[in-house]
Amino acid sequence: MSTTTLASSAGPAAPVITATGLTKSYDGRTVLDGIDLSIAEGSVFALLGPNGAGKTTVVKILSTLIGADAGDLRVGGHDLAADPQAVRAAIGVTGQFSAVDGLITGEENMLLMADLHHLTRARGRRTAAELLARFDLVDAARKPVSTYSGGMKRRLDLAMTLVGDPRIIFLDEPTTGLDPRSRHSMWQIIRALVAGGVTVFLTTQYLEEADQLADRVAVLHNGRIAAQGTPEELKRLVPGGHVRLRFDDPAAYRSAALALDEVTRDDEGLSLRMPSDGSQRELRSVLDRLDSAGIEADELTVHTPDLDDVFFALTSSTHAPASKETAR
Amino acid sequence: MSTLSLTVRDSHTMLRRNLLHARRYPSLTLNLLLSPVILLLLFVYVFGDVMSAGISGGADRSDYIAYLVPGILMMTIGSTVIGAAISVSTDMSEGLIARFRTMAIHRPSVLVGHVVGSVLKVLASLLLVGAVGVAIGFRSTDATALEWLAALGLLTLFSLALTWIAVGMGMASPNAEAASNMAMPLILLPLISSAFIPVGTMPGWFQPIAEYQPFTPAIETLRGLLLGTEIGHSGWLAVAWCLGLTALGYRWSTALFNRDPK
Repeated sequence: MSTTTLASSAGPAAPVITATGLTKSYDGRTVLDGIDLSIAEGSVFALLGPNGAGKTTVVKILSTLIGADAGDLRVGGHDLAADPQAVRAAIGVTGQFSAVDGLITGEENMLLMADLHHLTRARGRRTAAELLARFDLVDAARKPVSTYSGGMKRRLDLAMTLVGDPRIIFLDEPTTGLDPRSRHSMWQIIRALVAGGVTVFLTTQYLEEADQLADRVAVLHNGRIAAQGTPEELKRLVPGGHVRLRFDDPAAYRSAALALDEVTRDDEGLSLRMPSDGSQRELRSVLDRLDSAGIEADELTVHTPDLDDVFFALTSSTHAPASKETAR
Repeated sequence: MSTLSLTVRDSHTMLRRNLLHARRYPSLTLNLLLSPVILLLLFVYVFGDVMSAGISGGADRSDYIAYLVPGILMMTIGSTVIGAAISVSTDMSEGLIARFRTMAIHRPSVLVGHVVGSVLKVLASLLLVGAVGVAIGFRSTDATALEWLAALGLLTLFSLALTWIAVGMGMASPNAEAASNMAMPLILLPLISSAFIPVGTMPGWFQPIAEYQPFTPAIETLRGLLLGTEIGHSGWLAVAWCLGLTALGYRWSTALFNRDPK
């Protein structure tokens, strides 16, 4: 399997996280098989992959939780193997499983973090109060964390990560298991962090999430980086993107088939399919052509590639993706 | 910040967390206190006549109370440190410990907080059980201040030793149930020590087992200090057990803690 590397449109900011030849195996099973990453300062990097792809292992290694078998790894200007403690001082980590103390209150959790970051008592209290307010946890601050909802725990978790004002933040599947509202509020929080100049390394199973948040995306598959680039570049790799037009009137169907290029005809279903990245410009050109030919389609659906498509496209040359229609 | 002040500050933070847990959820520590107290009352008030006759030849219960209380105090240590095994194993299965590991803190402070917290809880428990002992008639009026101090030192040292062992058990257990099962010997060993009856009255083949396990020398030394009985070689044996168990538990716990988490 070859690695597809695409030119990045990101600026030439210095990398704050680099990995070269990162390798890790558990009990003889290779989990990470020579991974190279370079993440620019102040950017959002998304590591995309299905469950079990090794995303969490990458985060655990880069955040000093576990050791790598091989690889040259630097985070925040420090070598991971030589000076893990300096790396720890530069990073904040919010893991997949909530790293909060359920037996004490949200406020006590925040003050615990303030103490461990050696803030003065006054500064610790102020920081805790500010973050609790920012993460909408003021009302719950005096309640035991064991009574919090999943979304509240996740917010507290991230608030605790921010106590030390880290410049590099690792977020392992920050929105998995959250309801849509909590997911969007988490996205907003992440965007606000980036606006403040923080570098964010996140993992996700969802292409949409990477698309929403990330400047660069790497797809992890079988312990290797199958592709990396901007979200746009990744989606262009996928052949699955297309527009489908359906007609009730066979005459309209036939004239549309003549008016448009590169169409795949489905005569029985009276529908036409043409490759498209789903962009506004491409859609407009299709609609313009139909308009100038005086044809009106009865239904228009845009299929945008999803993670499955990306995976099939990147990891299998023989196996074409099963076409799935998604009405948007 | 210097290494020493970092160590002290982070250990203090972790200790505060541990004591905060104990204050919010005292039931764990209090439940573990039940068995020594119940055994004390059971052996004094239910089996007391027979036991007294066996110990002193008379039917004076106060002799047996005097004999029993030092043993019950040591047993209290064995049963309350189980709380440390349970809370360490619970803690290690939580994401919070992973967070601590990725922070620039003095790493051993995580364990130090548990150990110091456990020793303090054990001492508080000893105070409670000791008060029950005094309430039912235990007196140690002949002991000098120095002997009292030595007794307190021995209780603290034995608590520290068993706590480190319990912390190792907690580290080695995947969950709270496994930790509490693994820590069972800490409750069972006092039952086969000289806590309830003198070793000399046990079957001959069993006497060496009872005599050289950690609890018997510690109990005999405490008896000697509080009641003026013969200590003999028990004092050195008790100190050796304490130091040996502390070193073993410390090495075991830190080795497990420094391993990569799963």
